[in-house]
Amino acid sequence: MVVYISRRLGAGVVLVICASLIVFALMLADSDHIARNLLGDQATPAMVEAKQAALGLNDPVIVQYFRWLVGAAQGNLGNSWFNAESVSYLLLSRVPVTLSIAFGTVLISTVVSVAVGITAALYRGWTDRALQLISITGLVFPGFWLALVLVAKFSIEWQLVPATGYIPIAQSFTGWFQSLTLPVLSLTIGAVAGLSQQVRSATIATLEKDFVRTLRSRGLSEGSVLFKHVLRNAAPPTLTVVSLNFIALMSGAVMIERVFALPGLGSIAVDATGVGDIPIVLGAVMISVIIVVTVNLLIDLFNGWLNPKVRLT
Amino acid sequence: MSTVADIRAIANLTKAAIRQSLFSRILGSPVAFVSLGSLLILIAAIIAAPLLTPFDPNSGDIGQALLGPGADHWLGTDSSGRDVFARILYGGRNTLGGAALALAVASILGVTTGLIAGYHGGKVDTGLDWYTNLVIAVPHIMVLLAVRAAWGSNIWLIMTVFGVLMAPGYHRLVKGIVSGVRNELYVDAARVSGLSLPRILGRHILIAIRAPIIIFAALSAVVVIGVQAGLDFLGLGDATVPTWGTMLNEAMVNLYIAPGLMLWPGLALGVVNAALILFGNGLRDALEDSKSTKRPSRRRGISANAPKAGTSGSAAVPAAGGSDGDTRAGAGTAVVGVPGCGFIPDEAVLSVENLNVGYPSGDGHKLVVKGVSFGVRRGEILGLVGESGSGKTQTAWACLGLLPTGGQIVDGSITMSGRDIGSVSARERRGILGKKIAYVPQEPMSNLDPTFKIGYQLVEPLRRQLGLSKAEAQAKALAMLARVGIANPERTFDSYPHQISGGMAQRVLIAGAVACDPAVLIADEPTTALDVTVQAEVLDLLRELQHETGMAVILVTHNFGVVADLCDRVAVMQLGKIVEQDAVEALFSNPHHPYTRMLLSSGLEDKKPRTRLLPAATPVLEETKP
Amino acid sequence: MSAPLLEIKDLVTEFPMKGWRRPPFRALHSVNLDVKPGETVGLVGESGSGKTTIGRAVLGLAPVTSGSINFDGQDISRFGSRERRSLSKDIQVVFQDPYTSLNPAMTIEDILAEPLIVQGLDKRAASDRIARLLDRVQLPSDAAGRLPREFSGGQRQRVAIARALALEPRLIVCDEPVSALDLSTQARVLDLFLEIQEATGVAYLFISHDLAVVRHISHRIAVLYHGEVLEFGDAEAVSENPQSPYTQRLLLASPVADPVRQRQRRQARLAAL
Repeated sequence: MVVYISRRLGAGVVLVICASLIVFALMLADSDHIARNLLGDQATPAMVEAKQAALGLNDPVIVQYFRWLVGAAQGNLGNSWFNAESVSYLLLSRVPVTLSIAFGTVLISTVVSVAVGITAALYRGWTDRALQLISITGLVFPGFWLALVLVAKFSIEWQLVPATGYIPIAQSFTGWFQSLTLPVLSLTIGAVAGLSQQVRSATIATLEKDFVRTLRSRGLSEGSVLFKHVLRNAAPPTLTVVSLNFIALMSGAVMIERVFALPGLGSIAVDATGVGDIPIVLGAVMISVIIVVTVNLLIDLFNGWLNPKVRLT
Repeated sequence: MSTVADIRAIANLTKAAIRQSLFSRILGSPVAFVSLGSLLILIAAIIAAPLLTPFDPNSGDIGQALLGPGADHWLGTDSSGRDVFARILYGGRNTLGGAALALAVASILGVTTGLIAGYHGGKVDTGLDWYTNLVIAVPHIMVLLAVRAAWGSNIWLIMTVFGVLMAPGYHRLVKGIVSGVRNELYVDAARVSGLSLPRILGRHILIAIRAPIIIFAALSAVVVIGVQAGLDFLGLGDATVPTWGTMLNEAMVNLYIAPGLMLWPGLALGVVNAALILFGNGLRDALEDSKSTKRPSRRRGISANAPKAGTSGSAAVPAAGGSDGDTRAGAGTAVVGVPGCGFIPDEAVLSVENLNVGYPSGDGHKLVVKGVSFGVRRGEILGLVGESGSGKTQTAWACLGLLPTGGQIVDGSITMSGRDIGSVSARERRGILGKKIAYVPQEPMSNLDPTFKIGYQLVEPLRRQLGLSKAEAQAKALAMLARVGIANPERTFDSYPHQISGGMAQRVLIAGAVACDPAVLIADEPTTALDVTVQAEVLDLLRELQHETGMAVILVTHNFGVVADLCDRVAVMQLGKIVEQDAVEALFSNPHHPYTRMLLSSGLEDKKPRTRLLPAATPVLEETKP
Repeated sequence: MSAPLLEIKDLVTEFPMKGWRRPPFRALHSVNLDVKPGETVGLVGESGSGKTTIGRAVLGLAPVTSGSINFDGQDISRFGSRERRSLSKDIQVVFQDPYTSLNPAMTIEDILAEPLIVQGLDKRAASDRIARLLDRVQLPSDAAGRLPREFSGGQRQRVAIARALALEPRLIVCDEPVSALDLSTQARVLDLFLEIQEATGVAYLFISHDLAVVRHISHRIAVLYHGEVLEFGDAEAVSENPQSPYTQRLLLASPVADPVRQRQRRQARLAAL
C-alpha cells in the first residue's frame, strides 16, 4: 500500500510539472506577440523591445520556465504585470471560494446520484424513465445558463437569496451557505445528470454478476448484498466519473463565479485574461491543476482501498 | 496481380456496408432520426441566414432597444437595438462552427492515435496513455483562458486548442475498442487468412468503432458547445462577432433590466444540445438492441432454449436450438418422456412437482422448464443431466428461488419438509437459504466477491445464519477451509479471491455452501470450469462431504462421466423436460429414451484410436488452384 | 516414413510481463514436435500447459523466442508479415470459440470470401467456391447471406471450418474446436473433421484439454505440462499405456460414462496416490 501511495504521489508531481511546462510553452512560445498585445497597436517597436526586456521575455522560453519553476517550488508564482502584487498571495485567498463550490457540488451530486441511480437500477420501470428524462434535461442546458435563470427567479424576482457576493464561512455560516446555494445548485444539476446514469448502469451490471447470486444463496440480507457487496463493486467506475466530474466542475466554476460575482480562482483568472496579465493566469491554471491532481489522487487511493486488485497494477 | 483493384473493391464494399447499415440503424431509431433531422434543419437555417432575415446582426437602432417580439423583430431586439433573431442565426454560425472545428480536430487526432495505440500497444501506447492522463487532468477552460491571455480572442485558434484538449477522450474510446477487438479471435482468423494490416483495420476494426465514435461525438459536441458559449459568455470573445455566448453575456449584464434576453440564446443552445443527446442515445439504444442477441453460455439456458421468434429470416436454418441445428432430436419434435421420468421417491427431502419456469415474452410466458418432477432423498445424489438449453440450470435456480430477473415459477411446487418453498416470502427464503438448501456454482472465480477477503465472505453468512460471534464464526470458517482440503487455511482466509487458484476457489465455495450443514446441496456444474485432475479431486471432496453429512445432493451437469462417478440416480433433461429418470447403473446399461441413447452413444471413450495414416499422397483437391 | 510437413524444434516462447523489470514469462520450454502430411497430431494438456501457445506460434500469433518451426522444410518462425501472409494458403486455423471467431457484423459469405479475395479470386469464382464450401461442411447453401448470430454453436464451427478449408491448406491448427459444443454436436463436428481429412489429406494439429477427444481424432498424441512435452507417441500407446506419471494421472482423472468402469478407474486413481 505504501508503495502504491508513493508511486501515485510521484506520478502526480510529474504530472503537475509536465502540465506547467505545456501551458507555459503554449503561452510564452512567442513573446513578441505578448508585449504587443499588452501595449496595444500604437506602440513603437522600441517600446515593445523595452517591455520585453522589463518582463524578462527576451530570455529563451526554457530559461524563463526554469526561473518560474524554481520560484513556484518555493511558493512564489511571480508578480502581477499590472500592479506588482504577489500572485501567490492574490490567488491563495481565492482558493477557498472555488473549493467551496467544487466540493459542495461533488458532495451533493454524489449523494443524490447514488440514491437516484440505485433506485432506478432496482426498480427499473417508470423510475428508470424518470431518471433518463432528468439526466437528459440536466445535460441540455449549460450550467451558467441555469445559473442565470436561478438568479433571475430566486434572487431578482422572489428575492429569496442574495444574487451576488461571497461571505466567508468564518464570518457567518448561514451567510456562506446562502451565498453558495444557487452556485452549487446550478452546477449540481449537470453533475447529477451524468453521474446518476453511471451509478445506475454500474449497479445493474454488478447485480447481474454471478457472485451476487451466490451471496444470496448463503441467506444474506438484501441490504447487506446491496450496500456492502454490490455498491463496493460498482464503486470504481462511479469514482472515475466523480473525478472527471470534479475536473469539469473546476471549469464550470469559472463561469458560475462570474454570474454570482464570487471572488474565486476563476473570476481572477478571467479578469487577468481580459488584460493579458499572464503570471496570474499561469498561477491560476497551476493551482487548479494541483487541486485536480490532489483530488484525483485521493479518489484513486479510496478506489485502491475499496478494490484490492487495483493496488496490484 | 490485381491487388490495387482488389483494395478498391473491398474499400467500396466496406464503405457501402458501413453507410448502409449505419444509415439503416439511424432510420430504425425514430428518436435518432427525428433529432438528427431537426439538427440538420437548424444548421440549414443558420447557413441560409441572409435569406431568412433582412437584419444585420451587428448593427441596430439604439432607439429600438429591448423591444419585445413583434412583426418586424420576430424575437425582439437587444440592448443596442439589434435584431435577436438575426443574432441567433448569425451567432449560430460561429458557435456551431467553432464547436465543429474543435470536434474535427479532436476526432481526427484522437481516432488516429487511438487506432495506433490500440493496435500496436507497447511503448507508443504507454506514452500516449501518459499524455492522455496529463491532458485529462487539466481543467480545459483554464488552459483556454491561458491561450486567450497570450494570443488574444481568436475563436478559431482557441477552438483548435480546445480540439487538442478534447482528443484524449476519443483516444481512450478508440483505443479501448480497438485493443478489445484486436484480441478477438476473428481478427486472428483474418490475420491467418492472409489479410494485411490496412485491410484488417478497414474490414474488422473500423466497423466496430464507427458507431461508438458517432455517439461519442454527439455527446462531446454538447460539452464543446457549452465551453465555446461559456468563453464568450465570460466576455472573452471577440465583441464584433455575434455568438450565442456573447448574447448570453449581454443578458447577464442586463439581467436586472431585461431578464428575457437570456431566453432565446439559451433555447437555441438547449435545442441543439437536446437534439445531439437524443441522437446519441437513440443510436446507442439501437446498437444495444442489435447486440442483445448474445451468445448463449452453457449455463444460462434462457436464450438458448426455444428458437428466437424475432430473429429475422432464420426460419429456414434451424438455428439456436437447444442443441445443434442438425441434431436428430430437433426443436420441432415434441419431447415425450419414457414412463417413470417424473418419479418422486418417498421420503424425499426436496421434491419438485410439475415445475414450470417461464420468462415474460410478448403476451405471456416463454417456458424454459416444462412440467418437471423429481425428488431427492437424504444421502442421495441425483444427477440432472442435459445439453445446453435443456433447462437444468433454470431448474436448479428455481429450487433456490434465485431465478434471474424476469424468471418466475409459473406453475408447480417445490416442497421441502412439508412446505412449498417456491412460494415463501423473501424473508422466509433467506432463513432457508444456506441453512437448509445450499448452492455450489459453476465458475469459481466469478462467484467470489473480488473486493472482500475470502475469510469475510465465509464469516458473514455464518454469523447471520447460525448467530455465531465473530470469533466463533472465524474458527468455524477456518475449520471448514481445512475440511475442504486447503493446505494453509489461515493464509487462504486472509487472501483476496484473485490471489488463489480456480481449484482452491471452488473448494472455498464448497466450504461456504456446506458450512451451515444444509439438508440439500445444489451443485450447478461444479467441475466444468476446472482441469480434469482438479475435477477429480473436487468430485472426491463432494463425495466425502456427502457421506459425512448425509445431505441430499442435486448435481447439475452435462458430463456423463461426472454422473457415472458421483450420482446414485439420474434424470435426463431435454428442452425443458425430464425425458428419462432411473438409478444410475440401470440408465447407463439400459437407456430407454432415444435422446438418452443418442447422448450416451456420443461419448468418445470407447472409440478406437486411429492408427492408420493415409498414404502421403498429394492432397485431393476440389479443384486446381488458380 | 515420409518427411514431416511441420517440424517444431526446441521451441521457446516467452511473453513480456507487465510492470517494470519483471522477467518475461516462459510459456514454452524447448518443445519438439512434428506433423506428417495427412496426419493428426493431438496436443493434450491442462490450463497453463502451453498447448494453445504452440498452435499460436505455428500460426505466427505468438512470439518465438528461440528454436525453429519448419514447414515443408522452410523455417517459418521468423517470417515477416508479407511472407507470413503467403503462408495462409498452406496453414489455416479453427479456433475454440465459435462465437468470437466470426465477426458478428459480417455475413457468412463475407467471412468466407475474405481469404479468397485476398488470394485474387474474382467475386463470381469466390461465390462459386463458397457454395461448394458450405456444401462440404453440410450447411444449407442459403446460409451465405446470413449473419453468424443466426446459427447455433455447432453450425458456426462448421462455418469456421469452411473458412479454414477455403484456401485448401495442407495444415489446419485446431485450437479446442469442439470444447464449447454440446456432447452430441461435438461428436458430429469431429466426424466432419475426420471426413475432411480423408477426402483432402489435410494434416491437423489438434489441441484439446480432453484426452478422449484427442484420442478419437489423432494418429499421434503429445502430452504437455507446464510448457514441456512429457510424452509424444502413437495415439494408442499414449492413451492406453502411458509412460509418464502425469499422463497416467490425466487418464485416470477423466471420468468414463459408465458407473461400473468409473468405480474401478476411481479406485485405481486413489490407489495410485
